[in-house]
Amino acid sequence: MAGYYFKTSDLAVGYNGNTLIHDINIGIEKGEILSLIGPNGAGKSTILKSITKHLEMIGGDALIADASVKHMSFRDLAKKVSVVLTERIKGELMTCYDVVATGRYPYTGSLGILSEEDREKVYEAMARVHAEELAGRDFHSISDGQRQRVLLARAICQEPEIIVLDEPTSFLDIKHKLELLSMLRSMSKEKGITVIMSLHEIDLAQKISDKVMCVSGDVISNFGTPDEIFKEEIITKLYGMEKGSYNIAFGSVEMPKPEGEAKTFVISSCGNGISVFRRLQKEDRPFYAGIIYENDVDFHVAKYLAEEVVSVPAFTVTTEEHFERAAVLMDKCDEVICAGYPNGAKILERLEEKARKDGKLR
Amino acid sequence: MKTGPVAYARYTGVFVGLAVVMFLLVVWNINSGSVHIPVRDIAKIIFFREGEGESDALHTAFNIIWKLRMPRMITSAVLGGALALAGFLLQTYFGNPIAGPFVLGISAGSKLFVAVMMIIVLNYVKSVSSLMMVAAAFAGALISMGFVLLAARSIRQMSMLLVAGIMISYICTAVTEFIITFAKDADIVNLHNWSRGSFSGMDWDDVLISTVIVMVTFVIVFLLAKPISAYQMGESYAQSMGVNVKTFRVVLIMLSSFLAGTVTAFAGPISFVGIAVPHIVKLLLNTAKPIVVIPASFMGGAVFCMLCDYIARVAFAPTELSISTVTAIFGAPIVIIMLIKKQES
Repeated sequence: MAGYYFKTSDLAVGYNGNTLIHDINIGIEKGEILSLIGPNGAGKSTILKSITKHLEMIGGDALIADASVKHMSFRDLAKKVSVVLTERIKGELMTCYDVVATGRYPYTGSLGILSEEDREKVYEAMARVHAEELAGRDFHSISDGQRQRVLLARAICQEPEIIVLDEPTSFLDIKHKLELLSMLRSMSKEKGITVIMSLHEIDLAQKISDKVMCVSGDVISNFGTPDEIFKEEIITKLYGMEKGSYNIAFGSVEMPKPEGEAKTFVISSCGNGISVFRRLQKEDRPFYAGIIYENDVDFHVAKYLAEEVVSVPAFTVTTEEHFERAAVLMDKCDEVICAGYPNGAKILERLEEKARKDGKLR
Repeated sequence: MKTGPVAYARYTGVFVGLAVVMFLLVVWNINSGSVHIPVRDIAKIIFFREGEGESDALHTAFNIIWKLRMPRMITSAVLGGALALAGFLLQTYFGNPIAGPFVLGISAGSKLFVAVMMIIVLNYVKSVSSLMMVAAAFAGALISMGFVLLAARSIRQMSMLLVAGIMISYICTAVTEFIITFAKDADIVNLHNWSRGSFSGMDWDDVLISTVIVMVTFVIVFLLAKPISAYQMGESYAQSMGVNVKTFRVVLIMLSSFLAGTVTAFAGPISFVGIAVPHIVKLLLNTAKPIVVIPASFMGGAVFCMLCDYIARVAFAPTELSISTVTAIFGAPIVIIMLIKKQES
């Protein structure tokens, strides 16, 4: 773990002296984005609060450029780490400008009066998150998305080396989620600010993070790059998903496959089948799917939702064997749905023809 | 900087306004009372100290001005400022706009300790100095504050905090009444007025001691404007800005208890000033920034108490009202409006 910009060494965290998670040993480089993912109540916030000293560390330490956080004064820490918390900001009669300006606190004099330079930095930070027009607005009257941007501006103008965010995307709609995360991304890359945050949206965590930490249970089960972490078995285990599954190709979750004996066969190709698969899942009707190439997008959904998929490895030729298997499955069914396939897919044409002959085609 | 110049003009306006009102109230207070003294005589008495000698024609008027009206007016201003400041600090601490020394039972706690001092301790020692009274009041304030904090820890609701404070207040008042009931008549002559809150009977020693104590505390509070501003954001944010929250909490409790205790030691429990004044001041300034709200609250409290004391003295002269009667009439509606507004939002 030597050489990392931010690292933890045997960090143990918890509440009131009770250890929740122990032996946390992770390290990240300057300017990297670290996301903490895991189920609710697993301790993501507990870890973040221990790093920011809102909670006392139970054991071990966190190090910022080899300086111990445990032994750092709050004042020194404030110049290195700024936060965006889930807690409401309490101050009354504050404009957004006022809120952002509180980020300058560690740098102002003993009466806290802003200098010209401080004011410029406040405006610069607001510009960075595109919140200039909010400056004069009452902080408590703006929307959730605007509020998160203002809080981010506040964190930025504290000129930290690390920004810690606790679930910054909760309550935001998808547009604002993307907006906020891309701001974090550009900030970390351009200014070299390290970002540590907890995220609920694993699809976004995969796309934005440089490093991912899986939090569940009493030790950190997995830590690594998104490529290392976002694997079906790790994610399903992390969230204890007994129903449903994690779709690795799409980086998203799939609903559980319908149970029971399949009575429906779906013929599809080239993505035409996805909406049909999902509809059948919603209607709780088990189904078979085929014949699909394994590099077809239909395959990546069908394999999580269908009872059985008759599939063909990519770049190989379909054989009579595949057709026979599909025919066997089709014979068990009461109906066949043809979701569509490109002209000239001979083997699918034959399947459709068979279904029509059997009088099962819908 | 869109809001900058406008805001500064507004701050200046409020401070100038408060200063003007304060000046008018000073003149008005000195000029009125159950004995009519012509303005010309008042001017002579104040600026040329005419009537100091016993044989002087203006001697009675001199005594009324210098020994009654002036000390009373100054203490009402200083202690009123202290109350407003205590209220502001408590509101910051609890993050609750209707916290104040009176509703939280801190004034009542001080009252109890001062009553004990005046009735019981006086039996064993010859005299009790103002400073001892302040110390007793401070101790009482801290103890009732301790109970409020215990209550606040287990119940997070804003209204329940007030219920806890009011209950503590009732208990302390009950014990005080109990002590007074069984006290010798001679002991309670002064106590009776005082225990209901009053600025009457202040002498120059009181003025000096209370002014020094309050002014020193005021300066300390003002110098803490910066961490107070951080604390207003909530404890977690304050800490992330570099404030040592644990220490600062103790400082806030000490300062507010000390201010509230000092007021009670001199003038008894006075209601609503601590809530109403900071609220009005914030509305006038359109900000809660401590660096302007602290001095403005102090001035506002002074003005408010001078006005209320004027009404208490003059409204039904020669009968005097207790100061809390007047402050409640003005203060209670403000608190009720605040509660309704809070409910709406």
